[in-house]
Amino acid sequence: MILKKNPLQLAIGLFILLFILWLLSSGHYTTLIISFGVFSCALVVFLSWKMEIIDSEGVPIHLIGGAIRYVPWLIWQIILANIDVTKRVLQPKMDITPQLIEVETSQKTDLGRVIYANSITLTPGTVSIQVHEDRILVHAIAKEVAEELQKGEMDRRVTRMEGLS
Amino acid sequence: MAPVLDIASWVLLISGSFFVIVGGIGLLRLPDFYTRVHAASITDTVGAWLIILGLLLQVEHTLVGIKLIMILLFLILTSPLSSHALTKAAYYRETPMFRSGPDQTEDDR
Repeated sequence: MILKKNPLQLAIGLFILLFILWLLSSGHYTTLIISFGVFSCALVVFLSWKMEIIDSEGVPIHLIGGAIRYVPWLIWQIILANIDVTKRVLQPKMDITPQLIEVETSQKTDLGRVIYANSITLTPGTVSIQVHEDRILVHAIAKEVAEELQKGEMDRRVTRMEGLS
Repeated sequence: MAPVLDIASWVLLISGSFFVIVGGIGLLRLPDFYTRVHAASITDTVGAWLIILGLLLQVEHTLVGIKLIMILLFLILTSPLSSHALTKAAYYRETPMFRSGPDQTEDDR
């Protein structure tokens, strides 16, 4: 499912993002060079327009607001998971109980599910193996890690991010 | 100010290196492919982040710093994709899986 959004708005959003990226990586701020930058960003937006890839999946600017709240939480979870897996690996007798589990997803869009599956993979101790309809098959390194994921905290937060605006 | 930054930078670099080494130890110690992916993701996440943050404190030119942040972002976006692709390929090739717990999805293949 793809959210219906005004394509002109998305094209302008894409142009602004591209131009910010260009400004940040250029370092030469004379009129001539900047007009080259404006031209190349406009060309990219024009080509994307012709290729019909400007939609809410290709240019997910509606997620920026939600991401500001979600990403810091995700980073904190990843740090906690790293410490947990580090402890398991370094113990003389490794405390692992690998298992496959399935988790339900409550996101409405494919993009939301992709973000959820990638968040699972990014967190050490859990790897998403396949996404099928609204279920994700996950390999977890230990029982406790699997139970933590099945509580669905991450799922709820991704859905909340998706729902914003 | 400079020595404080240097010390902070070295603390970050060394703790990042520690996590990279832990990832390597995990690769050697863990029993099968799937669990080794978990160890590798320690290197991908906190190991790489801390090293890049440590390097950021050594930066003299802002543009170099921005490029380091871009590397960080691309790493965050791409590393789960490669882990997922590898694990999925291994799963479909029916790579043997080390098991110790009860299995909830035996008939799912």
